[in-house]
Amino acid sequence: MTDAALRAPGAPVRAELSLWRRFLHRPLGVTALAVLLLVVLTGLFAPLLAPHDPNLVDFTLTQAPPGAEHLMGGDSAGRDIFSRLLYGARTTVYGAAIACLVGVGIGVPAGVAAGYFGGAADRICSWISDAVQSVPGMIVLLIVAAGTGADFTVLMVTVGVFMTPGYYRISRSRALAVRREPYVDAARVAGLTHARILHAHMLRAVHAPVIIQSALTAGVAMGMQTGLQFLGVGTASAPDWGQMMNDGFRTMGTHPLILLWPSLALGITIAALAFIGSTLADLVSVRTEPARRRRTAPAGRHAVDAETPASSGALVHTVERSALRIDNLRVTYATAHGDKEVVRGVCLDVAPGEVLGIVGESGSGKSQTMFSALDLLSQDGRSSADGIWIGGREAGGLSRAERHALLGTRVGYVPQEPMSNLDPCYTIGHQLVEPLRAVHKLTKAQARDRAREVLLRVGITDPDRVMASYPHHVSGGMAQRVLIAGAVAGKPDLLVADEPTTALDVTVQAEVLELLRELQQEYGMALVIVTHNFGVVADICDRVVVMKDGRIIESGTVGQIFAEPADPYTAELIHASQDDSESRDDLDAAWHEAGQKVHT
Amino acid sequence: MIRFTIRRLLSGIVLLLVVTSATFFLAHLAIGDPTAGLLGNNATPAQRAALHERLGLDRPILAQYWDWFSHALSGDFGTSWRNFQPVSDQIALRVPVTLSVVVSATLLAAVVGTAVGITTGLRPGGHLAHVLKLASVVLFALPGFWVSLVLVMTFAVRLKWFPAVGYVPLTQSPSAWLSSITLPSVALALAAIVMIAEQLRNGFVEVNRQDFVRTLRARGLSSRRVTLHVLRNASPAALTVLAVMFVGLLGGAIVVEIIFNLPGIGSLTQSASQIGDIPILLGLTAVTVVFVVLINFLLDLVLGWINPKVREI
Repeated sequence: MTDAALRAPGAPVRAELSLWRRFLHRPLGVTALAVLLLVVLTGLFAPLLAPHDPNLVDFTLTQAPPGAEHLMGGDSAGRDIFSRLLYGARTTVYGAAIACLVGVGIGVPAGVAAGYFGGAADRICSWISDAVQSVPGMIVLLIVAAGTGADFTVLMVTVGVFMTPGYYRISRSRALAVRREPYVDAARVAGLTHARILHAHMLRAVHAPVIIQSALTAGVAMGMQTGLQFLGVGTASAPDWGQMMNDGFRTMGTHPLILLWPSLALGITIAALAFIGSTLADLVSVRTEPARRRRTAPAGRHAVDAETPASSGALVHTVERSALRIDNLRVTYATAHGDKEVVRGVCLDVAPGEVLGIVGESGSGKSQTMFSALDLLSQDGRSSADGIWIGGREAGGLSRAERHALLGTRVGYVPQEPMSNLDPCYTIGHQLVEPLRAVHKLTKAQARDRAREVLLRVGITDPDRVMASYPHHVSGGMAQRVLIAGAVAGKPDLLVADEPTTALDVTVQAEVLELLRELQQEYGMALVIVTHNFGVVADICDRVVVMKDGRIIESGTVGQIFAEPADPYTAELIHASQDDSESRDDLDAAWHEAGQKVHT
Repeated sequence: MIRFTIRRLLSGIVLLLVVTSATFFLAHLAIGDPTAGLLGNNATPAQRAALHERLGLDRPILAQYWDWFSHALSGDFGTSWRNFQPVSDQIALRVPVTLSVVVSATLLAAVVGTAVGITTGLRPGGHLAHVLKLASVVLFALPGFWVSLVLVMTFAVRLKWFPAVGYVPLTQSPSAWLSSITLPSVALALAAIVMIAEQLRNGFVEVNRQDFVRTLRARGLSSRRVTLHVLRNASPAALTVLAVMFVGLLGGAIVVEIIFNLPGIGSLTQSASQIGDIPILLGLTAVTVVFVVLINFLLDLVLGWINPKVREI
């Protein structure tokens, strides 16, 4: 079996190369690495670099201030501090290296095995790891130190044992993640033994996190090591920083410099390790930090953009007669690759008692349009519009607080995914009652009565049991009814439903649509339904707006659009709803064809 | 809920038994002949043999273990080998000092860490968030005793705001007590503060991305109320870190107590380990593990209260 065959499709091969290259572009990381290298080299070549014998006692040098001959002066025993500092680096680096080696040697194989094989091995190893973590390490270290006559190597091996759980945990979680990757399955199907798979894939998967962990571990090990030496545990013959700090600590009041030098050396070394670790972690982590929001959005940006036509869609009601009116809305998201405009000049409106459908595929900007109308955009998105009117009032002219006050009172919102839209930590009752009390100022009893009443109205027969339940106790259909109840509990004039049926079973879908229609008629609300499904539109809507790529490409009454769709894309969408066999590619092809026709 | 509680308690008891037993054998293995440390270098072989016999060290190790274990089960940890005072008395004398420092450090970490975590979590791209990130990188790695030395040099030696060393019992003078534990508590808490703040910040960013936060805002809840929802969902990771830090603080307290000359279990541990006073060391281990088990048990209860889903796993 060749190496190439081992690398089944999808195996990460090149990641490590670029990781180091990217590391070299981080000034902080490079500086930290340089400092660490300096410390390591100092430790290795201490005998060549040190100007004096670190253990030579010269009584005239006792607590001497820094001078030309003795750069950092002398300690309380009359020894050259600078030379002792250089030799101390040797001890520190040696000790940290042993601790890391022991941690890697035990923790990584155990973690990989536990993660890869799972089962009893995993349970036993994990229990041991947890147990080691709850052992008071310092007490055990002192016991070991007392028994072995403070042999430095044995001491650092023990420190390494206490560092093992850190390595164990990251290796285990990496191994668990890799085990679920298809290329590991592929390798097993190809007949590779466990040993070869572990060697080929697992070690590669864990090596980056292990390096990061080692940077952390080395720092912590240095801390424990100097801490022990500070207590007077460790070899007395070789100079070390902890012992030098102890010496300085005792004369701190009169000669603070003696304490300063070793403290600085230890602090800088540990900080360098920490920054190396965090820089690597930043580079490896797939976690995307939220993009920094720009304080000032470039004014009138879209006006300069000549490529984009002014706006799309049409307004059919007067401002006074509209429940919601959006004029030339644009929404931009800050992404890693710069700003992306997801809604590009949208106009639409809906009157009280009217049902408007916004249809389009995922990514067409239909949800973002409604989020910005309700002022619910996520933090890295921002919007601009010539005007947004809610209930005939210009929302753009309202203060943040006034705008916010429209939510839950004038406007209700029914989300797409029922399970992820309930707070898992609170009972359903609490989540219904809280806004009624906080926003509508009802008393506790009134709020509970109102919640019970709406739950009954949305078809929940045992509201008390449901209110006492947590979200994970109820089914998806039940949760969606609860969310609808929450949206209409405040008797809004406008209800926005974002794909309200997509996540539900087919049988439940029809019931929920029926419920929305009933509620809309009963309360005389304006209803906006965001959907990708023309079936939903045909079922419930009066008018429909079709969106693609952030623009409205067609709007009209449902009868018109179904009878003679003006745009081929609309025709394709209608066709796709009737027959699920159409793919996105077909739709895109139709769109481009249509575009070419218009241009020629 | 009851099954959950019992299972956690049983697991804690098993941990306590395993760790103390392991420490027993480790101590006897490491400290081959405790009489050397107890009597010093000038003792005659006859004196050492007499002490050897008096301490029962001539019996098989398993017999000694059973002797210790059966007594420990009934709460009797024996007597110190140095002064033959009951172990429990000596530890009871010192636990309040250590707890003063460790508990106030934990509270400090919880309060300040939560405040910083919420502030940076609400503005994850802000300046404070970046300062926190840098601070957490360095402070996590720097040992507590190093921070202690810096604090002592600055606030006790230079500025003379706090006493450099010594401990005043709470019962004697509350203000002097507070002033005597301030620097050690801060020294221990700094790393925990940044760790908790960092966890909470990450938790906020993660929870804020979840759909239910938008839905809560859509119901008209004020940002203060929405923040409470986010905090509750984001807190489990931070609480787990707090519990882990508590274990670390108990260990870190040993060196810090010696720097500040506090008569806590730290100095007792050091002196007992130097002379090989095994009963004291075992008692200290048992007490520490009991604290660890209690904290983890409390953590599990709180996590179960925060998110009821956890209880049912």
